[in-house]
Amino acid sequence: MSNATHDTTVEAPAKPTTTVGKAADYLDQRTSIGVAVKEFARKVFPDHWSFMLGEIALFSFVVLIASGFFLTMFFEPSMALTTYEGEHPANMHGQLMSVAFSSTLEMSFEVRGGLLMRQIHHWSALIFMASIVVHMMRVFFTGAFRKPREINWIVGILLMILGLGAGFTGYSLPDDVLSGNGLRITDGVVKSIPVLGSPLSYLIFGGEFPGHHIVPRLFTLHIFVIPGILLALIALHLFLMVLQKHTQYPGGGRTDKNVVGYPAAPVYVAKMTGNFFIVAGVLTLMGATMAINNVWNYGPFDPSPVSAGAQPDWYMLFLEGSLRLMPGQGTEWVIAGFTLPLNVLVPAVVIPGILFTFLIVYPFLEAKVTGDDREHHVLDRPRNRPARTALGVAFLAAFIILALAGSNDLIATHFGLSINAITWVFRILFFVGPVFAYYITKRICLGLQRKDRELVLHGHESGRIVRYAHGEYVEVHTPLDEQERWLRVNYEAPAPLAIAPKTDARGVKRKGYASDKRWQGLSRFFYEDRVSPVTPAEVEAAHSHGEHDQLDGSERQAVEAGVGSTSREH
Amino acid sequence: MSENQNTPADASTEVTVGSQAGTAVGPAERFPDPGIPEHKHRLTDTDPRAARRAERTVTLLFVLSILGTIGSIVAYVMVPPDGTASGVRLSTLLIGLGLAVSLLGIGIAGIHWAKALMGDREMVQERHPLATNDADRIVAVKDLNDGLADSGVVGRRGVLKGAFFAALALFPVAIAVPLIGSVGGDWNISAFKHTMWKRGTRLAIDPSGRPIKASDVTVGSVFHVIPETTEEFRETHEWITEKSKAVVLMVRLNPEDLRTDQSPEGETWSHEGIVAYSKICTHVGCPVALYEQQTHHLLCPCHQSTFDIADSAKVVFGPANRRLPQLPITVDDEGYLVAQDDFAEPIGPSFWERLK
Repeated sequence: MSNATHDTTVEAPAKPTTTVGKAADYLDQRTSIGVAVKEFARKVFPDHWSFMLGEIALFSFVVLIASGFFLTMFFEPSMALTTYEGEHPANMHGQLMSVAFSSTLEMSFEVRGGLLMRQIHHWSALIFMASIVVHMMRVFFTGAFRKPREINWIVGILLMILGLGAGFTGYSLPDDVLSGNGLRITDGVVKSIPVLGSPLSYLIFGGEFPGHHIVPRLFTLHIFVIPGILLALIALHLFLMVLQKHTQYPGGGRTDKNVVGYPAAPVYVAKMTGNFFIVAGVLTLMGATMAINNVWNYGPFDPSPVSAGAQPDWYMLFLEGSLRLMPGQGTEWVIAGFTLPLNVLVPAVVIPGILFTFLIVYPFLEAKVTGDDREHHVLDRPRNRPARTALGVAFLAAFIILALAGSNDLIATHFGLSINAITWVFRILFFVGPVFAYYITKRICLGLQRKDRELVLHGHESGRIVRYAHGEYVEVHTPLDEQERWLRVNYEAPAPLAIAPKTDARGVKRKGYASDKRWQGLSRFFYEDRVSPVTPAEVEAAHSHGEHDQLDGSERQAVEAGVGSTSREH
Repeated sequence: MSENQNTPADASTEVTVGSQAGTAVGPAERFPDPGIPEHKHRLTDTDPRAARRAERTVTLLFVLSILGTIGSIVAYVMVPPDGTASGVRLSTLLIGLGLAVSLLGIGIAGIHWAKALMGDREMVQERHPLATNDADRIVAVKDLNDGLADSGVVGRRGVLKGAFFAALALFPVAIAVPLIGSVGGDWNISAFKHTMWKRGTRLAIDPSGRPIKASDVTVGSVFHVIPETTEEFRETHEWITEKSKAVVLMVRLNPEDLRTDQSPEGETWSHEGIVAYSKICTHVGCPVALYEQQTHHLLCPCHQSTFDIADSAKVVFGPANRRLPQLPITVDDEGYLVAQDDFAEPIGPSFWERLK
């Protein structure tokens, strides 16, 4: 970091001669943009494929805005009823429908490229949510949410929730049978909320379901309110990322005090621009080749029909599955004449509530049970935090089981199974699966850590069998090079919290001991089982008693047998 | 922050200074950081021909992108959608493929350029602690205190402070009241408890609106039923909202199959094996539309709540808690099926005041 070169060479730069130079000078004299250029042009960003996941979310959002702009030119968010005059699609001709639905048909069938943009928009929404979730998994499993990034983690969760909101409000706009039934389910869920449910339903629909206000209201939310907040929060998300500098994966030379990678200009400018165009290109390819949400097959909204096998977009599947799994018997309580439908409230409000609360609370919880107040910029390998990784996988398992349960009818018809049996299997899996996933994942992590220890202590198997003069056979192990070794030993295995004793020096009971004790219990849950990194002393000890692990030149004079050549290792 | 430091040797000395201290005396507690791995040259760094080849590839990809754009416009002009579904599909496909090639060309070219031709030596920059340094903090706190002192409200003037915060907290009420007053329409939530079925309303076929004669209902047949009303009313929003509550599923069972229905003592809500139940699921309100004739089970396709029509529509499986409300029916003088009254209980999903 030789700022000195900047400070000592204060000769005035030459007068700009080129057009670009003059333009830059013009701009700089009015905005001091040179300061920003100096700060950011060669700013270093670490490189890893998984850092691209968040970019995919960002770029899908850009595609959503661009394709969404196109759609707003033709969509009319009105529930006024009209008779469809268009000739195509033939099954819709002459039907009574809302203007929202008819304008959706017109933009698909009359506007050239309209269907393409609709399909790109819908696919982008699915990929947007998918990349957010996968990006979140990356951040979670590598511990990128730790200090100082807790705030940005919460901003990210808000972005995910807003993304769900954007998807939901957009899905309902065409006013077709499928989305209408989705709204109806929403209405049922809202009504289940104690005390406020019925007024909230009126507030949303401007009266009884469906009324004639909901599409314009959803439209305003979908194209103005939600994207506005999304944009602001994305800006904050990126600002914090730049301010705190990106995290980096562990490796030689990477510490919590530096950032190792490639400069913004030109490498990241090129890579990010390239990535944007690839994301946009793939989404366009999807929109061009894969039909999605052909609303004319369902028809305009009518409260009476519903088709079997209807699925919400994937990111809503877990809620749908949660609703499907909850048994109805005995779960609607009447208290003092008021109805409390737990069969709706628990799966649609409490379960997602638990999920989001876990996500929001987790960084603070982990810091507390680790007793950790330091800044972290080097990521964890997931195996080195077995409890965290296992908890993440457990929640993911619950999410996936619920999403699968949201498709239980399709599973039933595809595999010719009883839907009741499948539902029961999922009901049990929902409780057993995450526990099982937790246990298995934790064991895998600990196993991988032990394998790392084993490697560091004894080296790679070389496949060479050596026979000593006295007849003993050993396999030669090749020691790890220092980069390989560093990756496997450079981590911390925190121990459970140590707490002050119950009574102080004078035998007086200490305040806060019970609370400390509880935190210690939780800390044990996290860190009781742990595998510590290998120390140099351990390697030394391993080599002194296991001399055959590493043969130096003199010992190699022993007779060699088996595979491998004599001269390869060194 | 200069690139001159990014040679492996320099970088490693820089970052391992701290951790090497203990290595002199016996094995240390921790291994030393080996520093940044040695830079591996790419083929394009060492072989000018490979570099030129990469340059040509990048150029070619940009040209491909231009061709994609042109192709997209050609498709737009030459293949106008003829309005049919397949015509629209073809136009969508061709315009989309052109655009995709145009975008992917730029994207892949950019990545290839970055990976093959741009410098790939890793650079090291320092991070600084995020917290403001102590000197600046002292100034910041002092500035805040000075500002507070200048405002003239320090420690005194509790009433002024109270009034200030109260005014700020209250003014949104003047915006919220008119908004909330109107946003829920008439706020008449008791409407949830009633439908447009009345004594004597004829049962009509959905969607044609033709009234149904009891004699036309054969055993085993299923009718999707709406209340009879005028054609004009059925082209309004009010109708869609009313229909959302009033839809009924009507089935004629063999009278011996019909074990129970919901008729109270001394009343008959069915007519010769014809029973009519609300089609709105008591779970979250989907239309319960799938009827299985053999088992007399009615299945909600949304969340698989299953109701037994032969046994007063009670729940036999799934997340619903309550049976579907029964529409009491009879026949009028002309033999048409009519409602005896509205449903005896609110239809559809549960809500807080449902039983009030």
